Amino acid sequence: MPIRPTGQFSAASMADIAFLLLIFFLVATTMDIDSGIYRTLSPYDPDQPENTDEIKERNVYVVLINSNDQLLVEGIPLNIYKLREKTKEFIENPENKANLPEKAPREVEYFGEVMVSKGIVSLQNDRGTTYGTYIKVQNELIAAFSEVREKVAMQRFGKHYADLPKEKQDAIRAHYPRVISEAEPKNIGGK
Amino acid sequence: MAKFGRKGKGGLQEISTASLPDIVFMLLFFFMVSTVMRETTLKIDQHLPGATEVKKLEKKSLVSYINIGKPKLTFQTLYGTEPRIQLNDAFAKVADIRDYVTAEREKMDENERPLMTVSLKVDDKTKMGVIVDVKQELRKASALKINYSTRKVEVIE
Repeated sequence: MPIRPTGQFSAASMADIAFLLLIFFLVATTMDIDSGIYRTLSPYDPDQPENTDEIKERNVYVVLINSNDQLLVEGIPLNIYKLREKTKEFIENPENKANLPEKAPREVEYFGEVMVSKGIVSLQNDRGTTYGTYIKVQNELIAAFSEVREKVAMQRFGKHYADLPKEKQDAIRAHYPRVISEAEPKNIGGK
Repeated sequence: MAKFGRKGKGGLQEISTASLPDIVFMLLFFFMVSTVMRETTLKIDQHLPGATEVKKLEKKSLVSYINIGKPKLTFQTLYGTEPRIQLNDAFAKVADIRDYVTAEREKMDENERPLMTVSLKVDDKTKMGVIVDVKQELRKASALKINYSTRKVEVIE
């Protein structure tokens, strides 16, 4: 056997060992970072009485998706790409139109007394709706609220909404509350 | 016409492989840092829908996953082609979700339990019927914070 001076060894197999480890990590791990849309469900209560509070029709923004993935917004068929702009109009109601939601004065930090919309977005889908379409609609509705908030953040604080401290974000959220309610789905289109 | 002379007679010079381990180690460290360990083996086909308004899932320990989609080809003889629910490594029924949520909740620290999030990883071609049933079960199990797992895209297709 050849005797090497102490402290030296062959490094030829080092590359093989490292390759082996590398391949192990390539196989055993995944690259994808989990991300998604957060929602909160309403608590389950079977005894809950039907909500009998009258909500004025002008305050509700009805979005229906049927089993063919077609949209019906406020009684009119709508292309999904127009949903965001239409929803923004509903949230802001800049000209205080009579068919768009009412507003009530409310004290909000950083803003003083502002008119806060009473609008509710109501989303109802069919059991035959495709999940992809459902997510797209959810995404557009959330995007509409985000864009409105972003605009206010730029106007009032001169910064992006995401860069604002938490108190200011809360103030904007109170100014434009995001109320998306999901009705029980229908089963008209079948499976 | 001029000819190119052959320089240096007798075979090619060998490249030194002394730096090869360093290069491979570099790659190795890159993969170790940028990836996460696979937790479950998916038995279903899953193509997540794209969305623009996504947020990252913050604490991994607070998240439980529910996978829904069409069984992979090798499982189709046994489980059919209708969308199925997969919890951990096995197919499950809608009724199993409540037990699953309870079991997942038990694993967490007591002070973290209210923050539990259920991530729904659903194939985008699935019909809403299954998801509605799952959501109803989650409400009954009072796991109210949910997350629809999506890919981040710039514009919706």
